[in-house]
Amino acid sequence: METPDSLAARVPDGALVALPPDNSLPSVELAKALVRRGARALRVVGVPVSGFATDILIGAGCVAELETSAVSLGEAGFAPRFTAALKAGTITLRDATCPAIHTRLQASEKGVPFMPLRGIIGSDILAHRPDWKVIANPFAAGEDPIVLLPALQPDFALFHAVMADEAGNVWVGRRRECATIAHASRAALVTVERVVPGNFLEDERLASGAINATYIEAVAVAERGARPAALLDEYGFDAAYVADYARMARSEAGFREWLDREVLARTAKVAAE
Amino acid sequence: MSHATEELLAVTLARLIRARPLKHVAVGAASPIPAAAVWLVKLAQPSLRLSLLHRRSGNPFTEGTRELFDLTGQGRIDLFFLGGGQIDGQANLNLIGTGDWPGTGVRFPGSFGSAFMYMMTPRTILFREEHSPRVLVERVDHVSAPGVSAPGVFRRGHAEALVTGKCVFAFDAARGRFTLASVHPGETVESVRAATGFDFDAPAEVPATPAPTEAELATLRGRVRDEMLETYPEFCARVFNRPSSNEKSAA
Repeated sequence: METPDSLAARVPDGALVALPPDNSLPSVELAKALVRRGARALRVVGVPVSGFATDILIGAGCVAELETSAVSLGEAGFAPRFTAALKAGTITLRDATCPAIHTRLQASEKGVPFMPLRGIIGSDILAHRPDWKVIANPFAAGEDPIVLLPALQPDFALFHAVMADEAGNVWVGRRRECATIAHASRAALVTVERVVPGNFLEDERLASGAINATYIEAVAVAERGARPAALLDEYGFDAAYVADYARMARSEAGFREWLDREVLARTAKVAAE
Repeated sequence: MSHATEELLAVTLARLIRARPLKHVAVGAASPIPAAAVWLVKLAQPSLRLSLLHRRSGNPFTEGTRELFDLTGQGRIDLFFLGGGQIDGQANLNLIGTGDWPGTGVRFPGSFGSAFMYMMTPRTILFREEHSPRVLVERVDHVSAPGVSAPGVFRRGHAEALVTGKCVFAFDAARGRFTLASVHPGETVESVRAATGFDFDAPAEVPATPAPTEAELATLRGRVRDEMLETYPEFCARVFNRPSSNEKSAA
């Protein structure tokens, strides 16, 4: 049976991994398992922004590159290990803007090499993205410059779903950005609260919130796997946990202490059993 | 009746929102004061559609957060609020950071959807409570989203106004310049100039920002608070559950 740690073992160093933000079913358990595995040089995509899970991966030295539209702990403020790594020059950051990330993934969903997006022209984001192009709209009568974005195909989509069924489908409700990253990625690795009998695709009420097993490489049960993020209407955001993290992770030493307590202690426990 | 600064800002934003007819407003993350303003407008105009991005229950979208950008791309969102770590005199927004790219001085969280929303929404109201020379600068260090665009670049609208903790500015996109529209209680043209890093125009007589009416305050502290409690519990406790003016004067 798969566990978060066995899922993490499937992600090689250097992999391009897409993560949803704190308000959209991040698998914090899988991020912690990647830290325990000692993953290195991951290239992380925030879909479309990044939060808690990405900050701990950066702090633990798992990340070489980050493409995202923002990194924040929400009410708890700036993401401390991201900020420190940027200062130290240990990560390469590619700034984007939310709809550009979605559009690049949607291009991969369709299997086309690029898609256009309005806006962005005049932003310094564009000036720092040599991989984004501006062309003249070929269908316009007059002048109409428009941005073309290259398709983005992550190696893995990593997220937490409410449940999986016997057929390997997973259910995320309306958080369809998880479906977008699952569709766009080569494979999705998903933690779930529980596995239930039956097949979501045979139930009209569940099918629209499901992601087809076609896209899912492996599923592991991780109860409260999104914690401290909220899980739809099942459990709420744990603001105290994030505030405690934000306080401790202000310093490298504090972050290490937090990591020992919240992430690495499990390795010792498992080894002792 | 005494009021909190946040309440003054909410009714001021509400007045700006109502200045032109609209059907659909979206409010982004961590924006309790704009959210209070749109609820004030919504309660008087039930047909107004609100898309509050960070509501846990009753979130407006079924296709994930990209639906906001798809709606905006089509022109189905009439008004959005933006702010920035730096805002300059041409209404350029910087959510990247200071110093060299990508923010070697102070790094801000990042641009979110601003590079798209600012250009694709017909109406934008800029809101930043901190009014200081470090926020309101002559020229932003980096442009997340441009205040004005070159001719020929597709754009539906610009900033209409910038509301801060000290005043309201109106923005003239053709001139790329702010004009002081009103000052909040206790502020003057001079005090605003002293706290502003960019040059702006000011009429000979600058009006005071109107205080919230008793009816507006009652609505904010009643039905608006009820609507916001789930998403912004700390804000509601701090702003709307404050001691009444009687208790305050007794204390």
